[in-house]
Amino acid sequence: MLVKQISVFLENKEGRVAQVTRILSDSAINIRALSIADTTEFGILRLIVDKPELAENALKKEGFTVSITEVIAISIADEPGGLAKALQVLHEDRISVEYIYAFISKTSHKANVILRVEDCGRATESLEAAGFLVLTAREVYDQ
Amino acid sequence: MTIWNPKYECMGNDEKHSLQGDRLRETVAHVYGNVPFYKKKMDDAGILPGDIKGMDNLRDLPFTYKDDLRDNYPYGLFAVPMDEVVRIHASSGTTGKRTVVGYTRGDIDIWAEVTARTISACGATRSDILQNAYGYGLFTGGLGIHYGAEKIGMAVIPISGGNTKRQLELMLDFGSTIISCTPSYALYLAEVIEESGIDRSRIKLKAGIFGAEPWSENMRRDIERRLGVLALDIYGLSEIIGPGVSQECPEKCGLHINDDHFVPEIINPDTEEVLDYGEKGEIVFTTITKKALPLLRYRTRDISKLANEVCACGRTSVRMEKVTGRTDDMLIIRGVNVFPTQIESVLLELGETAPHYQLIVSKAGSMDALEVQVEMTEALFSDEVKRIEDLERKLRFNIESALAISAKVTLVEPKTLARSEGKAQRVIDNRNI
Repeated sequence: MLVKQISVFLENKEGRVAQVTRILSDSAINIRALSIADTTEFGILRLIVDKPELAENALKKEGFTVSITEVIAISIADEPGGLAKALQVLHEDRISVEYIYAFISKTSHKANVILRVEDCGRATESLEAAGFLVLTAREVYDQ
Repeated sequence: MTIWNPKYECMGNDEKHSLQGDRLRETVAHVYGNVPFYKKKMDDAGILPGDIKGMDNLRDLPFTYKDDLRDNYPYGLFAVPMDEVVRIHASSGTTGKRTVVGYTRGDIDIWAEVTARTISACGATRSDILQNAYGYGLFTGGLGIHYGAEKIGMAVIPISGGNTKRQLELMLDFGSTIISCTPSYALYLAEVIEESGIDRSRIKLKAGIFGAEPWSENMRRDIERRLGVLALDIYGLSEIIGPGVSQECPEKCGLHINDDHFVPEIINPDTEEVLDYGEKGEIVFTTITKKALPLLRYRTRDISKLANEVCACGRTSVRMEKVTGRTDDMLIIRGVNVFPTQIESVLLELGETAPHYQLIVSKAGSMDALEVQVEMTEALFSDEVKRIEDLERKLRFNIESALAISAKVTLVEPKTLARSEGKAQRVIDNRNI
């Protein structure tokens, strides 16, 4: 099962991210990783949480525009060159990466990298063939 | 100050009334015989052309609405064969369909006559040089003024709208003495002149004919002081003829209606009851000389009131107060008519239901600025910035194509735009006209 990422549309105005995190906290949802893409007018908050469906419903109920995107997560050694090798593999297989963000796993002490690619299946095959550990959704949510 | 045509502009009341009556009778017979739409309307109301004896029967005639023009798009209301039509103008419609108007050679002569009167009213003569900065094209502003100025014998510079650098260059080099444009563009020109530090003695302008959008007395004072001109208001709408329906004289006490061609009435827009002089309501015009597109009791949706006391300038024509508002939701932005439903049509192209939207109109300096705020929906949203930016670009482009003016598009979070009593508030106008 692929990792489900939650994206939330935000206007660039005060207190919007705080509002999102408050809603998640009220539903006892834990955030594993997040990143924000922002322009001068708006931002897109991307989240990996332990209970994505619950988070989606809670945010929609409060009026946010939410979408779910499938992403892949890989676990790599937290050392120089760890990410470079993975990206080289994708590049050689002509798989383009839309965006990327990372967090450190508190259990494995390895770096977990979230990759947004056009075709998750092909990227998974390519990375696994090169010996990378692609995490299951459960592994990511329950870190 | 010059009165272009004293015979008609200063005609006694009784003589005017009788002339209007003759012309009204002719017009009613003309539309009844040549426009099936009017024949049916009159038949349904049980009125025959012979029932219209004179001006006292004007209020027996049926009204004409903007929708009637659209429903008969493009030529259904024309009262002459196309062989006799020499000009077609059109304005943008509310839902994509344009309002089309036509002119015979005689109609063009009438138009030149009434605009010659209006331009003369600001003191212009054949010795003057007119910088005509109204748009030339489908819009009636540019060509309407052009023909009137040529009829007077002025030297006309058909510069059209925009390109401020060139406007200033020609204003100085060609020695323009009269300018015609929207009042907000006049203020913008004044600002640019101030910033550029041009020696004021090189500017020969003495008067301006400003119209196509509502403006206030404050704005007049501002333009007169900063541009150094006599600033007068001109009114018109393409359905009636274009610019030249009415115009202020230097007394600045209302706009003189060319009522030997266009007969005004003020009505209560809800009950359609005719109101007296001095009462505020919707202004309605009946054209009594035009041949290609004569209109009976056309509902302009503009709010005004009428005065019939003789003006100190000597003209006897009925005057209308500066238009102070609309009875529908039409906005005038940079001289262009905009209906909120036009935005809705653009948004509907994105999917089955249009997202919630709002128009915010404000002043950026002296120019109007339009911002369209659109609430984000799940169907439009993406986790990728470039897709949302593509959406913004596409909306901006489509809105510009539909409205013929540029707009800023801002995507906002759902449920953030004001709704009052369940009804969407589509427009916030912060211009304080």
